Amino acid sequence: MRITFPYMGSSPLVFKQLFAELGHEVVVPPPPSKHTLDLGTKYAPEFACIPFKILLGTYLEAIALGADTIVSTGGVGPCRAGYYGELHRRILHDLGYNNVRLLILEPPLRRPRDFLRVLSTLVEGPLNWLRLPGILHRVWTKLSALDRVEKAAHAIRPYEITKGETSRVYKECLKAIDAATAVAEIRAAESEALARLAKVPQDTTRQPLKVALIGEIYVVFEPFANHNVQIMLEEMGVYAERSIYLAEWTLGNAVVPGEKDIKGAARPYLSELVGGHGLNSIGETVIYAWRGFDGVIQLAPFACIPEIVAKSILPRVSRELNIPVLTLFLDEQTGEAGIRTRLEAFIDLLAARRKKREGQVAWAAI
Amino acid sequence: MGGYLGVDVGSVSTNLVVTDEEGEILASLYIRTQGQPIAAVQEGLAQLEKKVPAGLTIEGVGTTGSGRTLAGVVVGADLVKNEITCHAVAAARLVPDVQTVLEIGGQDSKIIIMRDGVVTDFAMNTVCAAGTGSFLDHQAQRLNVPIEEFGSYALRAKNPVRIAGRCTVFAESDMVHKQQMGHSLEDIIAGLCEALVRNYLNNVGKGKEILPPVVFQGGVAANVGIRAAFEKALGLPVYVPKHFGVMGAWGAALLAREKMRANPQPTRFRGFQAAHLEYKTSSFDCTGCSNQCEVISISMEGKVVASWGGRCGRWENLS
Repeated sequence: MRITFPYMGSSPLVFKQLFAELGHEVVVPPPPSKHTLDLGTKYAPEFACIPFKILLGTYLEAIALGADTIVSTGGVGPCRAGYYGELHRRILHDLGYNNVRLLILEPPLRRPRDFLRVLSTLVEGPLNWLRLPGILHRVWTKLSALDRVEKAAHAIRPYEITKGETSRVYKECLKAIDAATAVAEIRAAESEALARLAKVPQDTTRQPLKVALIGEIYVVFEPFANHNVQIMLEEMGVYAERSIYLAEWTLGNAVVPGEKDIKGAARPYLSELVGGHGLNSIGETVIYAWRGFDGVIQLAPFACIPEIVAKSILPRVSRELNIPVLTLFLDEQTGEAGIRTRLEAFIDLLAARRKKREGQVAWAAI
Repeated sequence: MGGYLGVDVGSVSTNLVVTDEEGEILASLYIRTQGQPIAAVQEGLAQLEKKVPAGLTIEGVGTTGSGRTLAGVVVGADLVKNEITCHAVAAARLVPDVQTVLEIGGQDSKIIIMRDGVVTDFAMNTVCAAGTGSFLDHQAQRLNVPIEEFGSYALRAKNPVRIAGRCTVFAESDMVHKQQMGHSLEDIIAGLCEALVRNYLNNVGKGKEILPPVVFQGGVAANVGIRAAFEKALGLPVYVPKHFGVMGAWGAALLAREKMRANPQPTRFRGFQAAHLEYKTSSFDCTGCSNQCEVISISMEGKVVASWGGRCGRWENLS
């Protein structure tokens, strides 16, 4: 099998090792680009959301590179994404790629049988089953290391003196972690990366505004889908925290039932599952308000029902907990200039609020 | 005497304002961008120079609008600021207790919610330009009514018709239909104004708490029909400032003034003579990585003075 998978943040480095260790040939898809989105938009239904289009484009690019098996994830609850695997399969079939298999990993806690069936296709032979715990240990170590290093980079960027320096160092660190495969190697690469990032020259006298990024997982996670908002904010000197990191998310959603605190925080405003990450968007906004963040940015694919439901509830959360919320809807028509204008205005708003709170002239020197 | 310059380069119009030391407007200008922002800014500078009192020296320059970065390079700006903040600052200067700013320009529209002089929430139209100035322009032309008189036609209406305002294409076919049915021009124009206001309030204004005082600015505020439709829909008086068309540029000038006063330094203004320099732009697709960024370079008198558009910072050079 020549396996490929969706591209999402730094996770391809992990999937690459996982499938290679299971003895498969791996076709790492190219990072999403305008070309990916053009391909996806061309063959997807017009009203499908942007994650669907980017994934479809990614699959087509990977097939062109020789992939014959696509491994993706399913979903539960009233969000269309649960059907997307099936829809992708049919579109690929209609395009004549009859020999391409699409394997969909369903959440193991909700649909254990489907999960095991697909897993046994991927883990061929008894020898592999014996090796599986070791493989998972290494892959998990890598996933957690990548999350920690990325978090460190995000924490440093608002303080960097030379714009772009953190990103440059981070890119090199990723290469080193990618090259490491054994647990000890991965840990060493992680320590090295954290040490190198700490050496990026910083101006620690800055007091950055704190903004949280919440919303639908794919557009929160994959910078291409959100026009790189997290780094854009950080380069404006804002501390931007993303609600979702893959290791934590996998742990809380696929391995053990988790996110109880998020659901609890959302309860005064929303107690029903509305599909996708709608409930999380409410709960996370509440938690970020408690944590004293200056503002929250909701990232949502255009026409995403769960996020539309969340958006209609967020004004109340915003008012009652006194935390400004900006919603950005994203699709293939979204222009970077429009996003930048809204982000800048939102940052001005937050800065003026802070100045006013501190008893200064709100608009001076913004 | 010292003064401050604000330049707002929008999709349809380019506006310039010169204020005195205190921030009061001395001269202003509203011209069409016509798809050529550099030429429009230069034309604006040339015209403005003649309107400015002799002996005035510009001590700070702010640019805003969708062409703010480009305009910033052309004039030599001390401050480049998004149009939402600029509109809010100008409205608050005029009406210090303003709580709602409605702004409708050529191709975008926004709502800004303010409390105690600070922006607390805002929204811009995302989906399409229905209900903005360009559409009104187009309809005025089609109905053969000068755009300046469009609003007064609406005020003369006896029984405004209901027009589907969600989408410009549907609005237009609905208007054609109403014309064929025999409704009067006045009733149709008034119906259109109401439809646009309804569309604005349901989309841009959705979920926003609109409280008085309400200030209505941007080019479309010239239209008394739209203003009346807002007053009717909101049940609130709507205040249109004297300089409604150049509020963004004024806000940019006011912020430039704040900035230069907080941190005195010589201005980067190239002078009104920038109107006569030769600016050229060029662009290319960077092939350095998969992002394939479109990089733009601006040259002044044959020398590259700025470039941007790349994500990685490789080409960024905003001197």
